[in-house]
This record gives sequence, C-alpha cells and structure tokens, in this order.
Amino acid sequence: MSTFALVDGNSFYTSCERVFRPDLAGKPIIVLSNNDGCVVARSAEAKALGIDAFLPYYQVAAQCRRHGVAVFSSNYALYGDMSQRMMQVVARWGIEQEIYSIDESFITLDGIPELRHHAAGLRADVLQRVGIPTCVGIGRSKTLAKLANSVAKTHPRCNGVFAWDWLARDWQEKLLARLAASRVWGVGRRSADKLARLGIHSALDLQRAAPQLIQRHFGIVLERTVAELNGVSCLELDDIAAPRQQLISSRSFARAVSELPTLAAAVTHHATRVGEKLRQQRSVAQLVGVSIRGNPFGDAPPQRGWTVVPLSGPAADTFVLVKAALAGLEAIYLPGHGYKKAGVVLLGISAAQARQPDLFAVSTDPRRAALLQTLDKVNRHYGSGTLRLASEAVSAGWQMRQAQRSPRWTTCWDELPVVS
Amino acid sequence: MQLYLPVAAPLPQSVPLFGVSVPAGFPSPADDYKDSLLDLNRYLIRDAASSFMVRVSGDSMADAGIHHGDLLVVDRGLPPLHGHIVLAAIDGAFTVKRLHRRDGRVALLAENAAYAPLELGGEQELCIWGVVTACVKRFT
Repeated sequence: MSTFALVDGNSFYTSCERVFRPDLAGKPIIVLSNNDGCVVARSAEAKALGIDAFLPYYQVAAQCRRHGVAVFSSNYALYGDMSQRMMQVVARWGIEQEIYSIDESFITLDGIPELRHHAAGLRADVLQRVGIPTCVGIGRSKTLAKLANSVAKTHPRCNGVFAWDWLARDWQEKLLARLAASRVWGVGRRSADKLARLGIHSALDLQRAAPQLIQRHFGIVLERTVAELNGVSCLELDDIAAPRQQLISSRSFARAVSELPTLAAAVTHHATRVGEKLRQQRSVAQLVGVSIRGNPFGDAPPQRGWTVVPLSGPAADTFVLVKAALAGLEAIYLPGHGYKKAGVVLLGISAAQARQPDLFAVSTDPRRAALLQTLDKVNRHYGSGTLRLASEAVSAGWQMRQAQRSPRWTTCWDELPVVS
Repeated sequence: MQLYLPVAAPLPQSVPLFGVSVPAGFPSPADDYKDSLLDLNRYLIRDAASSFMVRVSGDSMADAGIHHGDLLVVDRGLPPLHGHIVLAAIDGAFTVKRLHRRDGRVALLAENAAYAPLELGGEQELCIWGVVTACVKRFT
C-alpha cells in the first residue's frame, strides 16, 4: 500500500512577500496578476476581509485602502526562488518527490511510521528554513492526498496536517457527500456537467459510481479517479526529469492594443522566451500556438483568436518559431478590436536527440546554432531581453506594468534586504 | 531572470590547486584531486535552501568586523543561541545584533560602544529571522 502526501504553501505568493516584510506579520496582503490586473493571491487576513479572488483590482482597490491591505504586483523572481527552496526542504522529508506546481509537491511516505509526527516535523522545518507555512494532506492515492490537503487547509483543528485514513468510514462519507464532484482533483467542469446528468453530484456519488459506467462515458482517466477515491492508487509520481510537454509565455497588456505591429512585438517576445526555455531543456517543438484575446471584463463580447501553426519539422530555432508565430498572428488578427492579452505556446515537444532527420529540410547552417547559443548566453548573463529580435520593438506600450512589485529580495544583488 | 544566489548545484567558483595538462584517452591524473578545488559557495553556505543574503547598512556591529556595505549570509536553519550574531525583527524592522540570552535576560547587543544594548521587555515583539553565519567583504 502506498502513502502519498501533498505539501503546499499556504497563500504562497503572499507568504513569500511576508518573509521579507516582518512588519506585515498578521496583516492582510494581496498579490496582483501580471499588469496589476486582478487579485491572484490573498493572505488569510485578506480573505477574512471578504476580498474575493480573481476580481479586477480596481473593483477592490477602495476596500484595500480602507482596511490597510498591503498590495503587491507579482514578483515571479522572488516566488520562483522561494518555491525552489521550499521544494528542496520538502524533498528531504519524502522518499520521492514530484513537483506539481510552483507551491505544491507530492511526496511518497511509504513505510514511515508516525505520520502525524513526521508531517508536523516537515511543516516546522519548512517554516523555519524558508519561512513559508504549509499544509500536508496524506492519503493512499494522490487524489485522496489532495482531498486530505483541502481538509487540512480549511479546518484549523488539524494544525495543518490531515490524513484521509484518520477519519472513520462514516465520517469520510459525510465529508465526500458535502463535496461537489467537480471539486475532486482531475474532474473538469465539462465532466462535472456530464456527471450531473448521470445523477452523480457529490464526491461520494463519484466514489460509489460503477467503474464500467464511468469508463464508458468518460474514459480511463476518470475511471482511475474513481479508483483513487476508493483508496486504490493509480497515479504514480511523475518522473520530474521528464521535459515539459507544453511551454507557454503570455501576458496581459497595460492597455488594450489594436495595432498589429504592437501585437507582433509581444508575440515575438513570447516566442523568443519559449524558444529559450525549449533549448534549455534540450527539446524541439512541432507546433506553435498563438493566442490573442480581448478584455474579458469589458462590455463588448470578448474578441478571441487562437491558432496553431505546424512547423515543417521539429525545431528549437527562435527565428523559425518567431516566423511561425507571426504568421499565426496575422491569420487571427482582426483590425479594429482591442486586445488585452497575447501569448505563445509550444506543443508537440520532444527531446532534441530523438529528432528524425528530414530529407526535405534545408540543411541547417552551423552558424545558426552558434548564433542561438550566443543569444541564450548573453541573455542568461546580462538579463533576459538584452539581445532580441528587431520585431520585438522596444517600449511599444505592451510591457508589464508592475507598479507595486516588491524587491527581488533573493535574486538580485541590488535588491537584497538592507539591515542595520 | 538572473539568478545570483547560490543554487543547489552552482557552477563551482573554484581555484584549481593543480594545473595538469591531460593527454587525450588517458584517465586524468587530476581526477584524484577534485576535492582540492575550492568552492566559496560551499565554504560560506551550509544549506542553500535556508541561506539568504542581506546587505549591511551602518556601523553598529563594527567591532565584530561587520561594516557598512558588507554582505551577510543568514541561515534560517540554525537554532539561535546565546552569543550568535542574528538577524532579528523587532516590531517589524530588521536589525543585526549579537544575541544575549542568559539568566532570564534577553537582549540584542551592538558591537560598537556608541550603541546601547537593546533590552527586550514584554511590549516589544522579537522574532529571530536567522543566524548570521558569514560576512562577505570586498575591497575593490
């Protein structure tokens, strides 16, 4: 029997901000999305004030001022570094680890006695070493560990640790009955609607559903979820060394953009970024996806554009990726519309060495590879964006607005905390 | 993003003690001396996950060899003990001082006669953020 634990940072972004701002202990904090558009993270104190998540900031700005809420632009340099530290410490407490997101990782605890004691030790260690409070959920499957984590998070009496098996069977069922099926890990909104039509509304209904029925209507993935809810582990820890299967770079604009050259600049920038990431993991991509979309909070129906451009062969060359992305952009761009966000996603990613030689491909110029290497090196050394393609026009009004970003406390010599 | 902090597997900033030219195809005789490469990260940092850097302003710790502009390595993983130099937060503000904890008295001591010791009473909120384990000084 396996034992999984899901460890995640409580209100991770706001907790990161607080580590370097002891004056904010116990105070409400919120963090805004790229461009200071929406509220993306709230400390417990901010939640208690009734500040909702994912609202546009201007709708809660007055409320924040009234209650003295500390407001931060997102500081991904800081969050990325703190995440890496947290993961490193968590890994010491597990047998294996899978990093699931910036603030969540699964670890296995097979054979470890006294789980309550162990998990409490883990939490104390992460809090001491990194300064981030966490919650730990434990279960026989990843799905149950995820469920247990949400219990640990919402019930203060748990002291941040909860194992599904600590609950008597009838209490487990009561809890599952109160939980909507859509809240179970791996159940999307579309599946939830379809489940409802089959009379499956709660997590308990899903746990009791006949596996054959689920498989027939939803396929093997949701059937596995049902098994996992019943304590049968079907999902192993992923190999974290596996290259990412999808790379995205996207960002909102500070103002609505309707001119093609400005959008082209943003798309070039994003294609360049994902190209760098792709080469870093020594992979190639087969498809380049481009998306632009209008203001989802405006009055007019939001304008959306999305297309996928296939490459003639798998590539990791920035020039090839940018060319494809710009072609995609031209295909979806409609003049006269205001766009709020643009992004590029690479799909069909595989390892560079597994690449099939293409009989019809133009033989690659070795000087091109050297040029890309130099490009990456310069940008790594002197900061992202030092060297860039000309179509990524500078200061075209689309770059990130970060009016209230905290210093990059841990990653930038000039922004280290100053102490006396 | 430019990362400056020591990471889990940093490129060793090393000073080789041996300079040996290696004939191709033969095992390098220098292999046995790999341990002799000096890595400042390893010397200064016990645990990269819990080590942070801060910059000093002012001269309240001058007699401990800590001067304005120096970098301090602060390890959050060590339990703060009497006599340690610590990074503390008093009423929400950071300060570097020597921790005194004896006979029921808790104080933060400056290492400069011009500064009075900070006695900690009931009102003030003291939080030891981490233990200062190293001071990095550059002369040029």
